[in-house]
Amino acid sequence: MRNLLASAGVALMAGAFSASTFAQSGETINLADVAELSGSGATVGTNWKNGIDLAVDEINAKGGILGAKIIVTHADTQSNAGVAKAQAQKALDGEPYALLGPGYSGSVKVCAPLAAEAGIVEIMGGEAAELTKAGNKFLFRTSFGQQTSMPKIAKYIAEDMKAKTAAVVWVNNDFGKGGHDTILKEFAARDVKVVADDSTEAGQADFAADALKVKASNPDVVFIYLNEEESARILKELRKADVKAPLVGETTLIGQKVIELAGDAANGALAHVGLTTDAPIPAIKAFRDKFVARYNYVPDHNGIKGYLSVYMIKAATEKMGKLDSKNLAAALHGLTITPDKEPGILMEVTIDENGDLDRQSFLGEVVNGKQVIKEVLPKLRN
Amino acid sequence: MANFVALLIAGLATGALYALAAVGFTLLWQTSQTINFAQGEFVMLPAFFMLAAMHAGLPFWAAILVGMALSMAILGFAFKRLLVDPMLQHGVLPLAIATMALSTFLKESVKTFYSAEASPFPSIAPDRDIHLLGVSVSWQNIAVLGVAIITVVSLQFLLNRTRTGRQMQAAAQNPTVARILGVPVERMILYTFLINGALVALTSLLISPIYLAKFSNGDTLGLAAFIAAIVGGFNQIRGAIVGGLLLGIVDNLSAAYVSTQYRGAVPLCLLVVIILFKPNGLLGRAEERTV
Repeated sequence: MRNLLASAGVALMAGAFSASTFAQSGETINLADVAELSGSGATVGTNWKNGIDLAVDEINAKGGILGAKIIVTHADTQSNAGVAKAQAQKALDGEPYALLGPGYSGSVKVCAPLAAEAGIVEIMGGEAAELTKAGNKFLFRTSFGQQTSMPKIAKYIAEDMKAKTAAVVWVNNDFGKGGHDTILKEFAARDVKVVADDSTEAGQADFAADALKVKASNPDVVFIYLNEEESARILKELRKADVKAPLVGETTLIGQKVIELAGDAANGALAHVGLTTDAPIPAIKAFRDKFVARYNYVPDHNGIKGYLSVYMIKAATEKMGKLDSKNLAAALHGLTITPDKEPGILMEVTIDENGDLDRQSFLGEVVNGKQVIKEVLPKLRN
Repeated sequence: MANFVALLIAGLATGALYALAAVGFTLLWQTSQTINFAQGEFVMLPAFFMLAAMHAGLPFWAAILVGMALSMAILGFAFKRLLVDPMLQHGVLPLAIATMALSTFLKESVKTFYSAEASPFPSIAPDRDIHLLGVSVSWQNIAVLGVAIITVVSLQFLLNRTRTGRQMQAAAQNPTVARILGVPVERMILYTFLINGALVALTSLLISPIYLAKFSNGDTLGLAAFIAAIVGGFNQIRGAIVGGLLLGIVDNLSAAYVSTQYRGAVPLCLLVVIILFKPNGLLGRAEERTV
């Protein structure tokens, strides 16, 4: 009986404490997430969502942001830009503190003007170069844009791999077109001749012809720029077609899900990765362990992106010292967030006036079914 | 030249898979006037039966048997008894619409109860190539072609050389006369549905290692099966086979030599040309009905 009373007393005090923690400000921070939870982008959106949920629960457990509890809602874009727009509008009608997502660049393109018109910050996962070139002051990345990543890859291919010819395989959507156009420009600047320029479709399942086309062009290197599931399929087909040239790409080529889907076919693939759970950074390893413990799988870079999006909001809000969604964008611009002040940010990041990020990155390779980091590449501006 | 041969083999392998799906499609139409717009999802689903069985701890070979059995039971027997029989009495069109609804139901069910993401699926063939006369051919393509050929030959043997098969053909060609002659027509139609259940399970087993197991696979496969059946001849099993193989080859060659951006349009253009100039399909025959 005494134990029961003691337990009840502790429970009451814990409840009172947590209630008072959030009662200090009396406010909540409503975050609206719009993500690819089904369709061809389900891998992207599910990782993104899970990263967000992990961050939100962590922050709430420590008292929220300036005492305000975060409440996040998730809406499914079905990997369709039209649905994404409708979901974003619906979310924005609820006047959230900030909008999170989508991950697909094509969906970001249609959602961003809506968020800008509403004056709501949008922190998204898209990587197409053009997204942050439209002068939208409310749009922020969680990863590098292609204008940052492609020069790094092209430099590695031309100078380190000494490749003279390349086959380019890309997905025919906003993400892929942006990457394709940027890498072709970078290759031209470095005298790397493109011997095969192969566009594929989002959601494409059969890559046999594409693999054989690449093989017939006999390139020094194959540059692959597809979304995650399609990356896995083409890796398998290139292996079946016995393509010997090195396979190089970006984060979407050697993400954890891709390695799982492609199996042995992923071994030897190289990629510039902005974010990876295999990075030799203790904070990222800790994040990976927490994610695995909660969700029972290793996240890809989209999981990290989702996680960081919430911590970017936290850092900017704490910089302002108050909950002010109207000035959140101004607080984010020019902000450098360091892990010693905000451990949730995992690595030091600087956000520029366009919403682009400057952060260190990595060169990764798949070895025996695991992503191994070969090189750490520093921030562009230290 | 080596590349062309490799493309041809890859196209034949893909086409063989389309052919298996199209044969099932054609069989159902021939015997019971069922246009099954859920045929793509029927090919998608058995992979998930097998994956679920493996997650439950069964080895791959046992999971294949479980998947095959469930496919025949649910996509064969239950499909016939619970959907086709009640709807067919209202006509072919209501049944066709019902299969469209079934297609959405199956797709969304897998997405909701299994996963929206793709899952890896083991292959029955080793992940290696062999080199034949300067051409690199994967064991997977060889396995697909081999299994498809054995399946089609076995089906043809069943239909043409066995008593049951001849009864099935009689039931398809003229059910009224077949009944008079003592053929158990209803049982023969059920056998057709069970055969389709087995065919889609086999196709799923062969195609899922390539496409990965995903709830949305049925969209591509269903369209391919439909086009293959129409191109080859909707009322001929041989037509479905020819249609499937032709579709696979044309798709691959057009992607390699014409344009990868417009590869999706080529099969549809083929469909339009066939409908315009040979509406019964390449090997189909004109259907006549007594009014």
